[in-house]
Amino acid sequence: MKNFSKKEYQRIVSQHEKSPWVKNLIWAFTVGGLICVLGQFILTTAKDMGLSKEDAGCVTSMTLIFLSGLFTGLGLFDRLAKRAGAGTIVPITGFANAIVSPAMEFKNEGFILGVGAKMFVIAGPVIVYGISSSIICGLIYYLLKGGAPL
Amino acid sequence: MRKRIGNRTLYFPSRPSVNGFYSVVGEKESQGPLKDWFDLSIGEGHFGEDSWEKAESKLIESASLGAIEQAGLKNEQIQCFFGGDLMNQCISTNYALRTLQIPFLGLYGACSTMAESLLMGSVCVDGGFCDHALCATSSHFCSAERQFRFPLEYGGQRPPTAQWTVTGSGACVLSLQGDGPYITYATPGKVVDAGITDLNNMGAAMAPAACDTLLAFFEDTGTSPSNYDMILTGDLGNVGKKLLHGLLRDNGIEAIDNLEDCGCLIFDDEAQDTHAGGSGCGCSASVLNSYIFKKMRNKELKKILFLATGALMSPTSSLQGETIPAIAHLLQIEAERSQPQ
Amino acid sequence: MMPYLNAFLFGGFLCAVAQLLIDFTKMTPARILVLYVTTGVVLTFLGLYNPLVELFGAGATVPLTGFGNALANGVIKGIGEKGLLGVISGGLTACAAGISAAIFFGYLFALLFSSKEK
Repeated sequence: MKNFSKKEYQRIVSQHEKSPWVKNLIWAFTVGGLICVLGQFILTTAKDMGLSKEDAGCVTSMTLIFLSGLFTGLGLFDRLAKRAGAGTIVPITGFANAIVSPAMEFKNEGFILGVGAKMFVIAGPVIVYGISSSIICGLIYYLLKGGAPL
Repeated sequence: MRKRIGNRTLYFPSRPSVNGFYSVVGEKESQGPLKDWFDLSIGEGHFGEDSWEKAESKLIESASLGAIEQAGLKNEQIQCFFGGDLMNQCISTNYALRTLQIPFLGLYGACSTMAESLLMGSVCVDGGFCDHALCATSSHFCSAERQFRFPLEYGGQRPPTAQWTVTGSGACVLSLQGDGPYITYATPGKVVDAGITDLNNMGAAMAPAACDTLLAFFEDTGTSPSNYDMILTGDLGNVGKKLLHGLLRDNGIEAIDNLEDCGCLIFDDEAQDTHAGGSGCGCSASVLNSYIFKKMRNKELKKILFLATGALMSPTSSLQGETIPAIAHLLQIEAERSQPQ
Repeated sequence: MMPYLNAFLFGGFLCAVAQLLIDFTKMTPARILVLYVTTGVVLTFLGLYNPLVELFGAGATVPLTGFGNALANGVIKGIGEKGLLGVISGGLTACAAGISAAIFFGYLFALLFSSKEK
């Protein structure tokens, strides 16, 4: 192939990569918003039942995680997600799907090294970076406050 | 007799003949535009097995047995099996060969494996090293997805350039004597890396490799696209096919109207939600060993170029930020017994 | 109705931003989730995220930035109660319910269901 420039080729390729971003954006906004509305409903109901703010928050997370896991198990989550994109990924539902889907997928590799280990293959980084960043920020916060007693 | 033409092309004067061919596909493929051409549809993807990998192994085993039967032969008469698949260490093919009991040379050419196996089979038959060789490959959407991408139930979004791995397998028996179609020339590909890193745009990564091999073949043989009824690429998909047109134009081959792609033929992208088309070893293998060979048998297609393309990355190389190297192997296939040119 | 509208708008907004990142920067979903969690943590320590939670309720807590917010609030609370030890123990204490639920349900559903062909 005589006439070929990688740079020029990559420029042409990028012209073919236009995603339907307006449609994606509307789907993500609507579905993400509705999942948060569901969360708000659970939160309000839990508070009305007399739970504290923290406990009501926990109940909301657990319920959404349960529902997301169930829909993943039933094979329905990915059907919504392929349209909703970030609308299902960003809420806690996406975190739950990222744990449940590999756990189901790798059952054939056994319950210890399949289900047990692969469960965190996608969601693991969220926990690692969430906890690590909270500890680093916490340490800075602690030092800035002059170091409260141990 | 010297069998090398030009710099890169191999000539097979004894014209190895495809005496038996067979295709096996999954449910989605059996609902696509080529549904009436495939020999066997497995329905639900497990194919009676308890893992996707075992199901894929059964795909290639069934296709191989089908091709051997079509050729009117028995397993023991096949003297060499050339094949491979997408799974790590080619396990689908390896495990299928446990029961087939045919001398086996495993190949890895990613989605170009059908062309690579036909090339090796033709060399072996034309060279007089065997009377009957079997060439086969397979892919399975579910086993490929869990190895290369995400768990099946993971809620990801596929961009428009993404392709759909075909669940299917194709196999054929090459023999020294027979009624064709005949393999007459072959050009093995070089690894071409265009610097593409996007795993959701394989067509773009593979189009330059297809262009390179095609140009080398035209130069070696002094032919041009108009000499052929069809120039059939493996699994470039819609995006890669458009890019190949552009690359050929840049190299002096103006708008050719006989360029087809197995990835574009196998699915109805709108209705079946397959985005840029089909991909995987099973894509070109199942289309060639059904639709194409059947059309050659009834002389609707007389002379074609089959050019299967493969993307040669692995999940590890991608995670390490490597670009996607690609390859394309070419075969000239003819329906008529008479000597060419 | 206001809390529901607020939750819808802000939750939808956070998802829409992530969608734009997916479409225009080719960031993988895993990177976006990590970005959102750490952003939630940092904004909380800067004192910027808790007001959003007051304003938008579940619209701010359900997206993954809310997971970061819960971790950070846990650490701040832990420091108040236990000092330096709280830096380490506070985060997971606050998020114990969510993480435990995700792990247990993940295991449970893996026992009950298998992946289906697409």
